[in-house]
Amino acid sequence: MSTQLNERDNGVSFILLISRQGKVRLAKWYTTMSTRNKNKIIKDVTQLVLARRTRMCNFLEYKDSKVVYRRYASLFFVCGIGQQDNELITLEIIHRYVEVLDRYFGNVCELDLIFNFQKAYSILDELIIAGEMQESSKKSVLRAVGQSDSIEEAETSEDSLARLGSGHAR
Amino acid sequence: MLLLDENQEVLTLVTNSLKNDMNHSNASTVSLALCTFANISSEEMARDLVTEVERCLGSGNAYIRKKAALAALRCLYKVPELVDHFEGRAMGLLGDRNHGVLLTGVTLVTEMCRLVGGEPFRQAVPILVRHLKALVTTGYSPEHDVSGITDPFLQVKILRLLRMLGKDDAEASEAMNDILAQVATNTESAKNVGNSILYETVLTILEIEAESGLRVMAINILGKFLGNRDNNIRYVALNTLNKVVAMDTNAVQRHRSIILDCLRDGDISIRRRALELSYALINESNVRVLTRELLAFLEVADNEFKLGMTTQVCAAAERFAPNRRWHIDTVLRVLKLAGNFVREEVLSGFIRLIAHTVDLQSYTVFKLYTSLRADVSQESLTLAGVWVIGEFGDVLLQGGTTVGGEDEEATATTSDAVSEKDVLDLMENILLSPYTNNNIRGFVLTALTKLSTRFSDPTQLARIKKALKGFETSIELELQQRSIEFGTLLGMEGIKGGVLERMPPPEIKATVMGTVSEKRPVGSLRRDKDALLDLMGDESSTPAAAAPSAAKQQTTQDLLADIFGSNDETPAAAPSVSTPSATSAVDDIMGLFGQTSLSPQPTGASSSSYSAPPSASADLFSSLSSSPAPVAATPPPAPTPAAAAAPQQLEAYNSNGLRITLTPQRDSSNKLVVNILARFTATQPVQSVNFQAAVPKTQKLQMLAMSKTDVSPGATETQQLRVMVAAPGLADLSALAFARKALVRLRLRIAYSINGAAQQDQTDFSFPAGLMA
Repeated sequence: MSTQLNERDNGVSFILLISRQGKVRLAKWYTTMSTRNKNKIIKDVTQLVLARRTRMCNFLEYKDSKVVYRRYASLFFVCGIGQQDNELITLEIIHRYVEVLDRYFGNVCELDLIFNFQKAYSILDELIIAGEMQESSKKSVLRAVGQSDSIEEAETSEDSLARLGSGHAR
Repeated sequence: MLLLDENQEVLTLVTNSLKNDMNHSNASTVSLALCTFANISSEEMARDLVTEVERCLGSGNAYIRKKAALAALRCLYKVPELVDHFEGRAMGLLGDRNHGVLLTGVTLVTEMCRLVGGEPFRQAVPILVRHLKALVTTGYSPEHDVSGITDPFLQVKILRLLRMLGKDDAEASEAMNDILAQVATNTESAKNVGNSILYETVLTILEIEAESGLRVMAINILGKFLGNRDNNIRYVALNTLNKVVAMDTNAVQRHRSIILDCLRDGDISIRRRALELSYALINESNVRVLTRELLAFLEVADNEFKLGMTTQVCAAAERFAPNRRWHIDTVLRVLKLAGNFVREEVLSGFIRLIAHTVDLQSYTVFKLYTSLRADVSQESLTLAGVWVIGEFGDVLLQGGTTVGGEDEEATATTSDAVSEKDVLDLMENILLSPYTNNNIRGFVLTALTKLSTRFSDPTQLARIKKALKGFETSIELELQQRSIEFGTLLGMEGIKGGVLERMPPPEIKATVMGTVSEKRPVGSLRRDKDALLDLMGDESSTPAAAAPSAAKQQTTQDLLADIFGSNDETPAAAPSVSTPSATSAVDDIMGLFGQTSLSPQPTGASSSSYSAPPSASADLFSSLSSSPAPVAATPPPAPTPAAAAAPQQLEAYNSNGLRITLTPQRDSSNKLVVNILARFTATQPVQSVNFQAAVPKTQKLQMLAMSKTDVSPGATETQQLRVMVAAPGLADLSALAFARKALVRLRLRIAYSINGAAQQDQTDFSFPAGLMA
């Protein structure tokens, strides 16, 4: 089993959301690897990031990749990127994700992400695919998430209506 | 997608439904399928669905196009040879008006560039430049604005693609010079966003064939970054400068003071980067200033840096030291400041330096003595001090004046003589200190033993004996052994003076360089030995090895015959030489012995090899002609049987502009020893010459190191060889007679490089017979 983190030297390889207590709130992997490997990376990176003090820079080196992190309230947003990537723009990507979450949930907090984790993932899917940014406009992302939400809503209400109808018929 | 990944077997079932979804009429369904595909696609899935993805790239819906572009990216990650499928469509994406599609399209093309090179995509340069220009010049656009800058994500992506396209292509680079200058000047650097674009621009400028003005601008931007208050920016700048420093040291030198300031930063990541960069900046002209700064930092540095720092500082001191005095002072300060974090190589390099710098020995001894009196907690300092005091203890007793070089503290240093008692007090102090360890104790024992021949006061000598005795019951085997052995040695009045006299200065300086540097830990000497062993091969298998045991019964003539191929042995040896693969070490040695009988030397011994059957000698000749090319290519051994006694230069090797001559001379004190001086001259610069020699089993060879391994035209480098002719175990008289007749034969292996190309040759050489008489 290779311990290589990255199959390539560019692009995001993982995104982790870690609480100050070291709990993982969200983990998205853009490279395929074994669970054991993932757990090791989570453990190592959590330790590294939590040990950093506020005035230090937001970049770390971990194995053959770079780790960019930023703290928002009690959550650390951690992003693993390749050697060739631009750390500064990665900070902006993280920030963009936070902005979209904030706009979507309305003043997002850790609990929102715990109880609506599927939303957090689907928003991430609208922002980053295959380790690369897919949309630079905040509005478009929110629009797409809103659309899929309304489709979902429509389907669930249809579903319950249908069930209601069939129950009535019986 | 959370629970599945590409390695799950259930995926084979998913492929078909994904295919259906991609062909679905509803855009949401298609986009979901593409997103799923981009997350979990395996190699087979990528092959199966590549046509669907390709079709989606041409979809009328921008939302689908951008997802398809990244799905295509995933295909390429999994199966790079699918790149042909996307070439046409991908170029189409670059003209798209939607930022999302443009962003993903640029990403896709960048990956394709990485796979197949920039050539097919160079025509896209103008359109990319136009996009970038539009982004830089348009005013506020609310949809894509990030703190005053329009779509930094897209700008960064375009800059990166331009970098790949402009690399090693003057024309493309030319086309993007202007826009890069525009981005570099117009982007506002107050916020992180702007800096991320500037950073990407700098990287692009440095990688393409940019104008020199633009390059200067890029380095200046990095210089400005260094002064930024934001740690992130400084980190990025240091990191980038680390890459640049190899290309353009002078440009980076200008920012030296800021870089040195970063050594005092609160953030360890920044300190580490700054430290790395400062190592790279050291050169002849600034070695004093930089080393002073680094030493100042060493005092407060984190422990994890210290080992690297001591090594690097000492290596730099060695490479660029303006004079010996400065060099010694620098290493001394390193030992004082961080003596517990010094590599052994650095320490031995230092000791070698002291041994070679005769005029500063007294200065160094006193320096070490005084610093040891002040502090015995630094292990390496203690080791160096104890060794030097043991070795040069007599200097310490005399006191003396050392006139420094042109150093800052160049005033003559006068040191008062130290009494024998003080020295021994210090040694006892060291033994008693809490910092001592077994290594130090061992050094102290040796030093004490050495001092016993340098001191004369009987009470102090008694103290030494007592101290040695104290370790006779040590549970540490090494210490016990040393103390008992030294104790016995001190009783042997006849030889102890000789045994304990000063060590000869260790071999040459050049190896010091090699051993100190971290990257080349193996000194050339060690390699020599290994190679020689190699060269000698498995000697016990050669017929000659048995000869010496029978020597006493035989006449010397017979012995020689035996060694250099007697009638019985040669035919057996010859066929193995003539095999085509006659390059292994054993065969080499066989060749050495086999071939000797070829050169009919007019000594008494050769008469017996003459009487060998004709078939055998025919074999031998054939073996010579089929021997490996290097031997055939070299000129035959100098055959001139010239005047006996006068030392003459005999040409041993002359090829590729490198000429090696050997001058043999019988040692004046020992008749059995021949000193051979090898001289190296060259008509063109030759680097890293490695000259090795082997002699027959009956002789012994001792080689000193070469004066310099690089031979430049006009210069003559030398190397001393000592050959002991006699076989051990022979009575003196017969040995002498034997030696007279024995011929010094050498098998030489010469390795060197010319203009970076490595050469290796092998040749045999025997001195003319008259020489030894």
